Order: sequence, then structure tokens, then C-alpha cells
Amino acid sequence: MRVSIEGRARLLGSDINTDYIISSSRKKETLDPHLLKRYLLESVDPAFANSVMPGDLLVAGKNFGCGSAMEVAVTVVLAAGIRAVLAPSFARTYYRNAINNGLIPIECATTGIREGDKVRIALDETGACIEDEARGLVIAGIPFPAVIISILSAGGLVPYFKNGKHDDRLCP
Amino acid sequence: MTVGKTISEKILSMKSGRDARAGDLIVCKVDHAMGTDGSTPMAIDYFEEMGGSRVHDPDRLVFVMDHYSGAEPPGTSMHAKMRVFAAQHGIRVHDVGEGISHQLMVESGRALPGGLLAGADSHSVTGGALNAFATGIGSSDLAAILICGRIWLKVPRTIKVVLTGRPGPHVYPKDIALELARVIGADGAAYQTIEYHGPGSAMLDLEDRLVLSNMSVEMGAKAGIFPADQKTFAYLEGRAPEKTLPVEADADAQYSREITLDLTALAPQVARPHAVDNVGTIREALGTPIQMVCLGTCTGGRARDFHQALKILLAAGGIAAGVRLIVTPASTEVEAELRRDGTLKRLEAMGATIAPPGCGACCGTAGTIPKDDANVMSTANRNFKARMGNASASIYLASPASCAAAAATGRITDPTDFGEARQ
Repeated sequence: MRVSIEGRARLLGSDINTDYIISSSRKKETLDPHLLKRYLLESVDPAFANSVMPGDLLVAGKNFGCGSAMEVAVTVVLAAGIRAVLAPSFARTYYRNAINNGLIPIECATTGIREGDKVRIALDETGACIEDEARGLVIAGIPFPAVIISILSAGGLVPYFKNGKHDDRLCP
Repeated sequence: MTVGKTISEKILSMKSGRDARAGDLIVCKVDHAMGTDGSTPMAIDYFEEMGGSRVHDPDRLVFVMDHYSGAEPPGTSMHAKMRVFAAQHGIRVHDVGEGISHQLMVESGRALPGGLLAGADSHSVTGGALNAFATGIGSSDLAAILICGRIWLKVPRTIKVVLTGRPGPHVYPKDIALELARVIGADGAAYQTIEYHGPGSAMLDLEDRLVLSNMSVEMGAKAGIFPADQKTFAYLEGRAPEKTLPVEADADAQYSREITLDLTALAPQVARPHAVDNVGTIREALGTPIQMVCLGTCTGGRARDFHQALKILLAAGGIAAGVRLIVTPASTEVEAELRRDGTLKRLEAMGATIAPPGCGACCGTAGTIPKDDANVMSTANRNFKARMGNASASIYLASPASCAAAAATGRITDPTDFGEARQ
């Protein structure tokens, strides 16, 4: 199975916590990610939500998604039309939630990528390859185990379960 | 020759029925799973979308309403949804005002030596203080557990933290946790377990170990585990119905890193805005004005925390003018103890606001929101910008004693100024 994505890089710093992605207090209004997306990353940059376009890719520093395990921090990113996040490391709860919802968390070096660059991602069982043509960069990402690739290509844990692709032990 | 195992490798071997080693992807049977009102409503949606019809084992599940007030939306509608689902499937519910999920998991004997605990909230790692592999998950993982009682996990590598020496006056577990956050960093333990060892760790009471396990996730850890000992078993007496299987690390277990911390040399610490690892000593931050102080949360909301704070406030002569002190016990058990011994009455007489047990003001979903541009000092675990619901506020994290010293003076103050006595 192979996944290919192309999009515009949107740069973020290190240690972007889930409260920065979507503030816990906004959850008082709704849990609907399509309504919450207007507050996406508001604590980092109040103009971000308006400037984001479907197909954009988040390109961050280390420890992306740290803090709370709240899953709206993943669904709100997907609702904004973002399909993948690139970062040298993720908080493990964010990483799990991303995979379960079909948001692709790619662990790779991100220092050379610049805001607005066109970035191409290709991944399969053998590895992940990230290309930034403008900078002449070809970056290798950490490969996913086969079971993760099948969850991601199903579109997340929900369709993965629904399609009956898992066996009853949830076994890889 | 086979190499020895860490506590995590041993627990996850038992739960997966195979020889689990760091790096292995395994499927484990979950002993107890927990969902809060912050995560369960979404988990119920996932459950239905995944085609779930019946819950795998309701006796191993619990829902806790701790993040939202039960009196106003959206808590009201989320709670209604949880109650209906729980009643339909026979799941135990701890309702609004009963306390914070992590405290209740410990008090109710669900966090047990050698057990596997998955909670849909990041601070579920708190249960590691009782020698359980306790970890945080999201709503979709909780839904999968509701359906099949299992979870896939990657067996983590382990950082060994060895605590030595004896802490000086007014140095508390929170100070140890903050110092570790400084040394390890906010992501230094990502994907890994922290195991706590050494004489300084054995000396800590169970309530104090909960603080270190709880704060492990602020270093990115998947779990923060203590060995079980007499203090563990004494706490569990009368709480745990199940026979427990305490787990020790092998002498030749493989660790990714070993950190030794001498508690004798440690001074009171503070995490400055807006990162938990932005840590320095209280002395370095002296004089910073503070307008709001919060005592409570799953980190600092147990009886001894309020006793330590009260002692400072009594020595200092009460709360300074212009400071708002919010007191939120972690559970009704804690609240009852504080009522019995007069702690709440005395704090109330000083002008503190006593809030019902729960997450309170910690994450901006309930309780008092800080005023614009306010400096807040809290016994909580996170100081991210906007964490308490106001992006213009600045949050400082410290021990209950240091928080009380700030409440007494209206500025960051060394608690040792109010006498050297330690409980």
C-alpha cells in the first residue's frame, strides 16, 4: 500500500501543545471540528485559521501535540483540510490519535523546509520520503509498521473497524 | 543469554501473553479503562461509527465527569449522553463533584500493582505510582477498548531516575518533578517510560509518588512507574478487591538513560510561563507579582497539599489583599478529610474560594477563569498560554507551599521565609 500527498508547508515551532492547536475552553462551545476550525492555532497566530487552505501541510518542530490527549486537536486539523503533519517528534497521544483518525504524522527532520514550500510526501511499508523541490531537499522519514499503514490507508480506525479489516484481537 | 526486563516490559509481557521487549508492537488486554467528560462523548460517537453494539467488559470500565460543570452547557448535554450510554451498557459512573478521574482511579483501587490502565486523558499516568502501567489515550482508542477490551501498544524504552538524599525544608515532590522536567525537557521522555528508583524514591509516601507519576507526561512519558513496596500495599488495604501482582525491574534490565538526582541539593522550584520545562528556582523569580493562586488538580489536590499550604498561610497571617485563592480538593474523599480536620474552614475564613472536587480552573473548562493579564500561581501540571481559558494570563507552577507563600504575600516568595518546618 502506498500513500502520496502534496501540499503547501505551514511552519510552526517546537512543543506545539494540543491547547495551542485548539484551546480546551473552546470545547465549551462545541466538539464539532468544522465549527472549531475557526480557532485553529489561535494562541500561536490568531490569523492562522483564516489563512489555512485545504491541502496545506503542518511542518513543525519537535514534540508536536504535547499536553492533553484531547482528540479534537486532531479532528480540527483534519477539518481544516490538512492531511499530514511533519515533525521530528510527536507526543505519543497525538501520534495515536492522528493515526486513528487518518491524519498522517510523519516523523522527519523539518529544519530545511520553509513557509509556503511545496512539499511532496510518499510513504509505504519500507519508509517515508519527503521532497521539497524549492530547497532541493529529499528527507527520509521514519517508516510506519504495516498495520499503521493499513489503518492510515483505510482513513483511520473507524473505517478500519467498519470495513472489518481488523481481526477480533485488534492484532497487527 | 537473555537480558533482564524493565517494569514496563514485564507488565506488557503479562498483558500480551508474549515476551514483550522495547520496540515490539503488541496487543494487550486492558485491566481498567477510564473516560472523562472531556473524552467520552467523542468515544461514544466513535463506538457507534465503528459499528459497536455491546461493550466488551463493563466491569473494567468507568466514566468520570470531572472537566465540566454539571450546571450549564455543554457539560449538561455531554453528561446526559454519558449517563444514557453508561446505563445502557452497565458502566460505573462517577458523577459531577465526585472528583478528578485520576484520583478516583487510585482511591477506588483500580490502579493496581502489575496492572494495565488506559485512561482517555493524558494524566492517566498518575496510576504508575502504584506500580501499574498506566497510560493516556484518546477517544478513538477508548472506543476500540469499549468494543474489544484490548489496545495496541509499542513497548516503550525506559529512563531510570534514581533519587538520592533527603529533601530540605519546604522541598516537596512537585519541586522534584519540576527539576526533572528541567533536566529531561518537555519531550525528553517521549514514547518512553520513566521508572523511579533509589532511596529518595522509596522514602516518598504514596501521595507524593502520585505527583511524580502524574508529572511524567509533562516530559512526554508514556508511563511513570514506581516499584511496589509496603507503602503501596498499606494504601491499597481496604481499597483493592483484586489480588495484585507487583512487578520489579530485573537487575540487568536495559535502560535508555539513567538520571541521578540528589534531593539534598534541591531548592523550591517554579515553572515560568508558558512551558512546563521553563524551570528555575523560586529564588530566581522572587518578587514577581501574583494575583490568583490555585490549590488543587490531579497534581496538587490531595489532603497533604492543602495541609502544607495552610501551614504557610497561618504562619504568614493569611491571604494578601488583592490575591484570589481558589481551593479545589481532588475528590470527595479528600474534601471530607479536609472538612473533618478543619482545613477548609480555616482556608474559607481567610477568604479562599472553595470549589467542588473536580478539574476546576486547571484547563479552562470549569471554575474561575483568570482575569486579563493576571499572573497565576498554581499547583497544577501545565502552564501553556491560554491553558486556564485566558490567553493574556501567565501561569507559574509550583508546590502547594510555594503557592501558599505567593498567596500570603501577593508575589513569588520563598516558602522557607515562613519557617523551616516540613510535615
